[in-house]
Amino acid sequence: MLRSMNHWNGGLFDEFRRLEREIDQVFGAGGWPSGIRSVTRGTYPPINIGSTPEQVDVYVLAAGLDPKSIDVTIQQNLLTVAGERKLEREEGANYYRRERFEGAFRRVLSLPDDVDPARVEANYRDGVLHITVKRRESARPRQITVN
Amino acid sequence: MNTTKDLGRPEAGAVAQGPDAEHFLRPAVDILEDEGGITLYADMPGVPRDGLDVVVEGDTLSIEGRADFRLPEGMQALYADVRSTRYQRSFSLSRELEGDKIAATLKDGVLSLRIPKREEHKPRKIDVRVD
Repeated sequence: MLRSMNHWNGGLFDEFRRLEREIDQVFGAGGWPSGIRSVTRGTYPPINIGSTPEQVDVYVLAAGLDPKSIDVTIQQNLLTVAGERKLEREEGANYYRRERFEGAFRRVLSLPDDVDPARVEANYRDGVLHITVKRRESARPRQITVN
Repeated sequence: MNTTKDLGRPEAGAVAQGPDAEHFLRPAVDILEDEGGITLYADMPGVPRDGLDVVVEGDTLSIEGRADFRLPEGMQALYADVRSTRYQRSFSLSRELEGDKIAATLKDGVLSLRIPKREEHKPRKIDVRVD
């Protein structure tokens, strides 16, 4: 079970790359319209969004944050994640590399229209903020029994 | 010729053998030195303790991690900045560092490594006498 989850884990992320390549091939790189709220690659924090018929899952990859400093708000289908990352700097030490992000951040995500802003949950674990937004019941696919 | 490709979920088993199966994320690091040694911080969000590997082989320090995002079954991708679940980065150590005495901690996806210097390489304050 664990193995299949891991496998699927990688599978979803691989699928994104494959999709991107195919879109590039069909439309030519740069021809695909960008979302109005999309950001430059490399913006902090990186975010992945996935969906199932029941819910939309948002993964914010923000290591080393104080969970209390993370501000998650939702208005209709617009999810905002904001916060500040503070790093301890050692005075008198000689820094060779400073690649890790420091400072305030804010990302606004446009989720599918059928999410229910009243049913949002957020967890912080291993440096990943996982936000689950349930979809409205009426929007879910329903199995109709044929008599 | 098959031009209409299935954009849906890849077949089980196809992923591991794909050409990009070994795609790694490069974790962002801070590296600093003080008198006692070198400290390295690496951002590896999503990596649990049992998914982390810190290996010193010869003079090469390698950091590897496998993130576990706990995705619900049947999830479809809507958007992704991150397209892999594996982190990898390596560094070469210089001789004055004690590779076998590295201390590692992992908290909230941040790996901290402390690499001490050999005693004889710690700087010594030299008194300047004034005659």
